[in-house]
Amino acid sequence: MAITQSMLDLALEQARKAQAKQVTQINLVIGEMSGVVCDSVEFYFNILSQDTIAHRASLSFQQIPIQLRCRRCGTVFSPSEPPWACPSCRQWDAEVVTGRELYIDSIEVE
Amino acid sequence: MEIKVVRNILSANEQIAAKNRKLWDEHGVLAVNLMSSPGAGKTSLILQTIRRLRSIMRVAVIEGDIASTLDADKINKEGVRVVQVNTGGSCHLDANMLSLAIDSLPLADIDLLIIENVGNLICPAQFDLGEHKRAMIISCPEGDDKPYKYPLMFTTANVVLVNKIDLLEVLDFNIVALEVAVKGINPQAPIFPLSCKSGEGIEAWVLWLLAERENCKEFYDSL
Repeated sequence: MAITQSMLDLALEQARKAQAKQVTQINLVIGEMSGVVCDSVEFYFNILSQDTIAHRASLSFQQIPIQLRCRRCGTVFSPSEPPWACPSCRQWDAEVVTGRELYIDSIEVE
Repeated sequence: MEIKVVRNILSANEQIAAKNRKLWDEHGVLAVNLMSSPGAGKTSLILQTIRRLRSIMRVAVIEGDIASTLDADKINKEGVRVVQVNTGGSCHLDANMLSLAIDSLPLADIDLLIIENVGNLICPAQFDLGEHKRAMIISCPEGDDKPYKYPLMFTTANVVLVNKIDLLEVLDFNIVALEVAVKGINPQAPIFPLSCKSGEGIEAWVLWLLAERENCKEFYDSL
């Protein structure tokens, strides 16, 4: 819920700067590793946005899967079953490339 | 009309976290955010740590719980300064809660501040409190596959403590498998197997804390 509140506050701040009357859409980028569940965000948003200019806004989610880069051979891969070995060299020594995103890309206002 | 934003949803939290960190740096306080699932041994570890360090370092604790003062009471009995933060339902501490708690601490009289986060392997990893170091505890009964299930927590930890090794004989926990899993995504974090019950392995953790405090002091002296 705290994350949804932060998201709403950020969207309203941006809308206020643009002197908008209504927020109609919020475009979110959510990584698979961020720990955020999109359905929960929708649920909390519907409650928290009441009595704000975002109460009719719809949420769009661009979900980013986890991608790792093997530190041994540089292959970028999506982990499947644990252990998350590199499909090229079979070593398990990786850094996270994508999957931790948690940001508002844009909002649409009237 | 579309307005491009491209801002981290938690940027407001990060701004407050940066203020917290600045305050701690100005006073030479090493702040450690201690995280784990409920019951893994955060409070037990803090008690063991206090008993070994209190004669050489001024320790204070910020206790984060949804409700009750049970953990803060235990720490209070050790004669160590403790501030209880009840989150009122939030499953994690955030930087704002910390900034309010810091207000009631005499930072000039503290060398090490241990922040016991709410028991949770997910949300605490998302919220920067301004800490210098993140320590996480995984206890043996939880299983050795947790790094794959909770990658954010394990990738952001600066040190991983494996508690309850006194129970290894009766568990299927494979400590080598756990180490392989952690090192695969976080090669930098040292892993310390220990038991808060028997005291085994606590020294390695305490030595790590002392070394980090020394680094923190060097930075503070340079300011």
